[in-house]
Amino acid sequence: MTAEEVKQVVLDIISDVAPDEEVSDINSAESLRDQLDLDSMDFLDIVMELRKRHSVEVPSEDYPRLATLDSCVEYLTPKM
Amino acid sequence: MNYDAIVIGAGMSGLAAGIRLAMFGKKVCVLEKHTIAGGLNSYYQRRIKETKEIAQFDVGLHALTNFATKGERGKPLTKMLKQLRIPYDDLNLCSQGYSLIDFPEKQLRFTNDFEFLKNEINEKFPHQIDAFNKLVVKIGTFNELDLNANYVSSREVLKQYLSDKLLVEMILAPLLIYGSAWEKDMDFNQFVIMFKSIYFEGFSRPKGGVRTIIDKLISRLKEEGGELRFRHGVEDILTKNGKVVGVRTTKGEELYSNKVFSSAGLPETMELAKQESEASIGRMTFLEAICLTKSVPTQNEFGPTIVFHNNSEKYHYEGAKDFFDNRSAVVCCPNNYEPEHRDTYGCFRVTFMANYEKFKSLERSAYLEKKDQAYEEALKIIKNVSPNVKMDVVLKDVFTPTTVERYTWKKRGTVYGSPNKIRNGKTDIEGLYVIGTDQGFLGIVGAILSGISLGNLYGLMES
Repeated sequence: MTAEEVKQVVLDIISDVAPDEEVSDINSAESLRDQLDLDSMDFLDIVMELRKRHSVEVPSEDYPRLATLDSCVEYLTPKM
Repeated sequence: MNYDAIVIGAGMSGLAAGIRLAMFGKKVCVLEKHTIAGGLNSYYQRRIKETKEIAQFDVGLHALTNFATKGERGKPLTKMLKQLRIPYDDLNLCSQGYSLIDFPEKQLRFTNDFEFLKNEINEKFPHQIDAFNKLVVKIGTFNELDLNANYVSSREVLKQYLSDKLLVEMILAPLLIYGSAWEKDMDFNQFVIMFKSIYFEGFSRPKGGVRTIIDKLISRLKEEGGELRFRHGVEDILTKNGKVVGVRTTKGEELYSNKVFSSAGLPETMELAKQESEASIGRMTFLEAICLTKSVPTQNEFGPTIVFHNNSEKYHYEGAKDFFDNRSAVVCCPNNYEPEHRDTYGCFRVTFMANYEKFKSLERSAYLEKKDQAYEEALKIIKNVSPNVKMDVVLKDVFTPTTVERYTWKKRGTVYGSPNKIRNGKTDIEGLYVIGTDQGFLGIVGAILSGISLGNLYGLMES
């Protein structure tokens, strides 16, 4: 997958996990948690959805790599 | 048959745990002994003789606590809906007008706007408002979801803040009767959960009552591929070398799994696993008289959604010494919301603290007589709370602690379960987890979050 496709995958998952959030306004360099109403339960869901939809495993020590949209893309692109 | 997880009980917590596990590809089976889901928050139907219509009554909670508006951030209700992928609008919630804490000397009203209650306290207890505000700060910053907290007496904490004993009783009354498994007092942790869910957030009702929530949970479970079996109780929890290996159902079938989530209650679960347990069976049991009236009461006839009525300055929250205790009662007018949320009939539900053993000891005819007596007492309370209400009753019913026991299999019909809560859900048996009432989150939203949190923790994160 290209970086752009990975970004879309993450955005799709976020809008399913947090349907009331407006994902088009996200600043990709800033922390997702600061911009959206995402708590640790929601992050678990993002990780679970990545596994379910794209068979990507994110071990818990790597959760910080999902902090911003940019870091998600950087971390996930080689895996997808 | 082998499963990734087995869930005992299709109540709020069991269905929620089942949905979470099924959502992420776990093969899960939810077993329910009764023919209807919901557990302690369920419903039943009766025919109105006069019109042959079927009327549906909710049992359990009088209202949904933890009200939040659509998309409101960081609230338990929105968290729960997100985790289960249920759109907010599907619950069709209607917010309460107001509820009333009704003591002889003073009355306090509260709405879903916390400032309203603050103003009431400022007006009725002006000398206590600063102290109350300090207590509110303490509650607001308290982490009630800590899975490792120990018992702390709420009365002890309240005493440090509030000097007016009447105010303490009035604040405690709704919180005790809507959730405490302990007599006279409650764990401060649970006090905070209840305070936030009732006073900070407030009451609402899904259109169609509790069944709207239950049906939604069942359809989500099925959509995710979870299995749900009615009329399948659990006879034994099977263990081997201190680990859970499965269950034997009341139909004699053995189902295997190394993870079992039980909402049967802590003492009940340990009994199914043939394991010694120090968990005691709760003392608090209730009876409820329900009636449908032809006239739907107007706001002038009956204003509040829920009235916490008490006849002295001290609130006696304890197992009734006689069949029931008429010193206090909760009067709920469950349809008392905006006009479009009202049903065709008026409905009143009056709850008294009751005595399980006394009801259990009665022969059939004496039992029915006692139920009638409770009903008459309930009518008196309604009249007392609101003298103008028209009681043109078309259907009445009374359920007692023995009724609750018969349909929920909670020992003694204890709706709030054992006073011994296991916050982290872990039992002495590996892979056997307690969810729901005896895990310690309260109310419908609490029970659902209990199933979600422990399902996540032990069913999804550990694997």
